[in-house]
Amino acid sequence: MSPATPGTGKGAATAVTGKGTGKGAGKGAGKGATTAARRSPLLDVDGMIDDPQLRVVVCCGAGGVGKTTTAAALALRAAERGRRVVVLTIDPARRLAQSMGLVELDNTPRPVAGVDLSGGGRLDAMMLDMKRTFDEVIEAHASPAKAQAIFTNPFYQAMSSSFAGTQEYMAMEKLGQLRARADADAADGWDLIVVDTPPSRSALDFLDAPQRLGSFLDGRLIRILSAPAKAGGRAYLKVVSVAVGGATGVLTRLLGAQILRDVQSFVGALDTVFGGFRERAEQTYRLLQAEGTAFLVVAAPAPDALREASFFVERLAGEGMPLAGLVLNRVTTARAESLSAERAQAAAEDLEELGAQELTEGLLRVHADRMRRRERERGLTHRFTGAHPAVPMVEVPARAEDVHDLDGLREIGASLAKG
Amino acid sequence: MPTHDPDDRSEAEPRDGDPADPGDSGEPGEPAAADFAEVRLHIVSGKGGTGKTTVAAALALALAAGGRRTLLAEVEGRQGIAQLFDVPQLPYEERRIAVAPGGGDVFALSVEPKAALLEYLDLFYHLGRAGRVLERMGAVDFATTIAPGLRDVLLTGKVYEAVRRRSAEGPRYDAVVMDAPPTGRIGRFLNVNEEVVGLAKVGPIRNQAGSIMTLLRSAQTAVHLVTVLEEMPVQETQDAAAELRAAGLRVGGVVVNMVRDPVLPPQTLADARTGRIDREEVLAGLAAAGFDGRRQSPASAVLADGLLAEAGEHAARVALEDGQREQLDVLQRPVYELPALAGGVDLGALYDLADLLTRQGLA
Repeated sequence: MSPATPGTGKGAATAVTGKGTGKGAGKGAGKGATTAARRSPLLDVDGMIDDPQLRVVVCCGAGGVGKTTTAAALALRAAERGRRVVVLTIDPARRLAQSMGLVELDNTPRPVAGVDLSGGGRLDAMMLDMKRTFDEVIEAHASPAKAQAIFTNPFYQAMSSSFAGTQEYMAMEKLGQLRARADADAADGWDLIVVDTPPSRSALDFLDAPQRLGSFLDGRLIRILSAPAKAGGRAYLKVVSVAVGGATGVLTRLLGAQILRDVQSFVGALDTVFGGFRERAEQTYRLLQAEGTAFLVVAAPAPDALREASFFVERLAGEGMPLAGLVLNRVTTARAESLSAERAQAAAEDLEELGAQELTEGLLRVHADRMRRRERERGLTHRFTGAHPAVPMVEVPARAEDVHDLDGLREIGASLAKG
Repeated sequence: MPTHDPDDRSEAEPRDGDPADPGDSGEPGEPAAADFAEVRLHIVSGKGGTGKTTVAAALALALAAGGRRTLLAEVEGRQGIAQLFDVPQLPYEERRIAVAPGGGDVFALSVEPKAALLEYLDLFYHLGRAGRVLERMGAVDFATTIAPGLRDVLLTGKVYEAVRRRSAEGPRYDAVVMDAPPTGRIGRFLNVNEEVVGLAKVGPIRNQAGSIMTLLRSAQTAVHLVTVLEEMPVQETQDAAAELRAAGLRVGGVVVNMVRDPVLPPQTLADARTGRIDREEVLAGLAAAGFDGRRQSPASAVLADGLLAEAGEHAARVALEDGQREQLDVLQRPVYELPALAGGVDLGALYDLADLLTRQGLA
């Protein structure tokens, strides 16, 4: 497993063009200057998804920036351009999920109805069920009897369904599974996997999940915890207090003997599973660094979202993970670009003084508000592009309504491609 | 101001579903008397991007007004408070970061799970050395980063401690405001102690978790939900409210953030929505404002069409927002509105927002 190198921020530029998506990223440089604010190269989304070398797209970013919608729109567009796509969503909005046929939570990709398959592509979609994914891992690695013991362990039940953090592990696990399935059927299976990432405390959590697991498995704690359970029977209580000495004594004092016993039998039962777990975590991590993977950082023109995007870009560079670019969602646009906020405001005030043209005065004020909002967004975006000038970027205009259907996703897809 | 909180739903015995309720949300006959005077722990959640940190900070300021003392605690290590108040990164230490109107103090704390664990070990078990043993064998890392959920126990535990702490004159803080995880995770986050109670049948951890749960479900705690008038955040607010209620936690107020000024009168909005605005009138108005189509650029016809298109989109958005307001009313919780700030949120703006919250009765 690669050590976590802290991101430097400086490396972002080379990581972008140097790896992964081949002709995808960066191709559009130069034609991107459709607005005065943009100094970044334009992210060429179609070039990216048309590149047969591209096998995995990971959409990441802060919560509430439209990650899931971006992932779905991108997957749909790729499918309708001839790719065989599966999209893994984490927590889609209800109506969007329904529109993609994601009503059954069975943790299996299902074909999405209503997709134009004339180009030879296809689109399957699934929603992550973390408990089920966890169960599947156990079933795949443990004997039926052992699996049963794990499933009935109260610690497992709590951990697999309700504790924060499990989702990150399971999202990575599922990605690994999908990739393995795709590779097993290279002729007809998926040739592109699009993943959404969980709404974590920090967008970086899912990157750390496999490594955390690895360092945990290497750690002494697991040996201390698993040793007594291996000793078997009820003798382990004695082992706890005598052999391992102070450390476990402290644990017993803190947790109480009963919970420690549950944890120990859980860890003991998981012993066989952990090996497989860890191997897969490492595989998935390497997959993320590999050629054919592209990260899309999704943001909105708001301070927190862009700050998070900056962290992410730096971190990806530090980890040697291939960044395709930034998708900036919900960008305010104007229909009367050439009239500045100041002039619109001044004209509205003139009309107010005249006192006769209330309608036009109101429209000018609406425009002034909109231009001011846009200017502020541009200022915020500039901070990002200034720090990361080589990161290709595409802007998706704000829409009045959320996306609820495939047509809406197609429109988003078109915006992504057009920039 | 009423002297007691009218909402008594949060107490230990949760009511079996309200038969009068059409859906799974809302309690009938709840007047919107917005007073959380007896609440000492204000938990602020909301979907990502709705500005919950800003609202939490404004609330902490408002609650400190008039010589009181509040603690603003963040639990996700994002240093959002430091950024908002424009101070250096917060250590694991309570620091005064602002003075409230009328002379009160706002303290801030970024709760860090590892420090919280070591502090906890030391405080309750005097485990200075044993704590280091645990750290050496990886147990501290395990508890704070790997074991899913344990970190949430530590984070809520620290906030619980701050609420309960006393000085010679009484409680150390008049109120504690927690900038909590977003709505997607708030139910799980707050209910983690319930899970622990289920896991640990006896022992110190169970007792601690049980006390935290008791506080969270008491009338001293309210969970306020921040949203904006958009579909997904409102949907998540409803989902979170249902989830919290099912867990026996009290939903406090709903704070609608970043509300935009409607600008246009209702009739104009209706016309704009249906494309019936008189284009000639707009052209006449533009001419009166000096856009005569010759000397001034842009050409007034192009300009008029642009303005009409923008007005249509603006009206569509206002209509959508009205629909979302109705959705929020279903929750039957007091609703507070805060305006969108064109210049972003700085310290001055925080005081304005705090003032608005006070006037509307949240603080």
